[in-house]
Amino acid sequence: MNAVIKVEGLKKSYGATVAVDEISFEVFEGEIFGMVGPNGAGKTTTIECLEGLRKPDHGKVTVMGIDPLREGHFLRTHTGMQLQQSNLPERMKVWEALDLYSSFYPKPSNWEELLTQLGLEEKRNTPFSKLSGGQKQRLFIALALLPDPQLIFLDELTTGLDPQARHAIWDLVRDVRSRGKTILLTTHYMEEAERLCDRVAILDHGRIVALDSPEALIRSLGAEELLIFNIDSALPPAFENAISKLGRMEKQGDRVVIHGKGNNATLVNEVVSLLARQGIQFRDLRTEQPTMEDVFLNLTGRAMKD
Amino acid sequence: MKSLLKMTWMETKLFFREPVGAFFTLVFPLMFLFLFGSIYGNAPIKQLNGQGTVDISVPAYTAMIIATTGLMGLTITMATYRENGVLRRLRTTPISPLAVFVAQVIVLFMMTAFGMLLLIIAGKLVYHLRFEGNVINVLMAFTLSSISFFAIGFVLAGLMPTARTAQIVGLAILYPMLFLSGAGFPRELLPETIIKVSRFLPLTYVVTLLRGLWVGDPWSQHTTEVIVLAAILVVGVVVSLKTFRWE
Repeated sequence: MNAVIKVEGLKKSYGATVAVDEISFEVFEGEIFGMVGPNGAGKTTTIECLEGLRKPDHGKVTVMGIDPLREGHFLRTHTGMQLQQSNLPERMKVWEALDLYSSFYPKPSNWEELLTQLGLEEKRNTPFSKLSGGQKQRLFIALALLPDPQLIFLDELTTGLDPQARHAIWDLVRDVRSRGKTILLTTHYMEEAERLCDRVAILDHGRIVALDSPEALIRSLGAEELLIFNIDSALPPAFENAISKLGRMEKQGDRVVIHGKGNNATLVNEVVSLLARQGIQFRDLRTEQPTMEDVFLNLTGRAMKD
Repeated sequence: MKSLLKMTWMETKLFFREPVGAFFTLVFPLMFLFLFGSIYGNAPIKQLNGQGTVDISVPAYTAMIIATTGLMGLTITMATYRENGVLRRLRTTPISPLAVFVAQVIVLFMMTAFGMLLLIIAGKLVYHLRFEGNVINVLMAFTLSSISFFAIGFVLAGLMPTARTAQIVGLAILYPMLFLSGAGFPRELLPETIIKVSRFLPLTYVVTLLRGLWVGDPWSQHTTEVIVLAAILVVGVVVSLKTFRWE
């Protein structure tokens, strides 16, 4: 696979505070690569070093084969960047922003098409300040797509959005990736990293504490899957015997909790068919899988906070 | 070049969508002109060297527009663009940061000139405005004065931490200066002590220069004004380049 971004031993301090502490990673062509971690973990500093907006203290950064600091103009012409805390003039209309920004690039994408693709057609004459948070972010994605880039940086794209808007943005990002583009994003939502990214680097205190696909990270916990249901009658001993082969069982009044062993993909299937065969009535069946939150908790010993 | 044109056009539209700025540049000076014109008319007055109130008001109010666009319009726009992250967003594109400033200067310069034009038209039509100067000289003086004040505006925008402080400081400098420099009231009506104070105000030099050239003074009578304004321009550009911040 082709590495679009290569980072080797990147280090950046602000005074006595070390923001990024010797991190290395690669981002491959066509993937959604996520940097996830709490605020202050060093995500934005890293992404800004890659965008050529900050100068690293140490280490080597290569983006699309070039040094972002030395060939910043090339980078800004050929990549799309969405920044945290950036805005447009309040009274600038959606279409005007796209029209203006497309004049900055030698071969811009057709902004009329982007307007439709990003669902902003109805908002084309709306001033920037009158857009909702989700609409603003969609406009920023459209602006990032204007140079028709192979690589797109998205910094804290969905921060502050409600869940519905967040899901809509995820769909858009997946859609962009399916057009063969590479995406590097940062987020402090573990769920976003898990649902959206092909590979995730977990950052904490300026270091990468884990880097893999979300599935592999979760699997690496070796955590058990929980299967929970309620019953109205007593469980026959035969059931308890059979279940002991699948995992540990716990009874809490009407509630039964089964701790599945390791990565048993067929746990639900086996338990349900066992219940059916023995004619046991059950209700409210649900499962609980470990998530990226658990991965973070396991790696750092503390929960992710917003 | 294409992006600079687009950006200038965009900033022009934004200028007219910001009613307060457009009001103070284009409407407010006209209101002043009609207010004092209707009180005093434009008959020649001996104390004004045979000029009428409107004759001296048009160049003075032009100075007022220059100060307002430089200290308010430009300062607030640039400080707001920085604070809101508008500059930050532009920084991720291949366009040069200079383009933003050039577009801003072009638009405000044109609007200031437009404000002056409105004053002249109104003065001519309603009060038979007299003009004894050389058009080219007046335009050159107008240009020098405007860009000097824009330079002050950029310095303020660069030095002030937030858009809010830039606005307050801009206003605090602008308002006393409007009245003490002879831009808002004829200097002939001001007491001697205030005229002494006014020598420390940059706008005084704009008023003196524009009023002088308006009645046909030669440049040689106004070397002080030209030197002061040119010095402000040079210092302003150097300081604003040094203090410039993207965010």
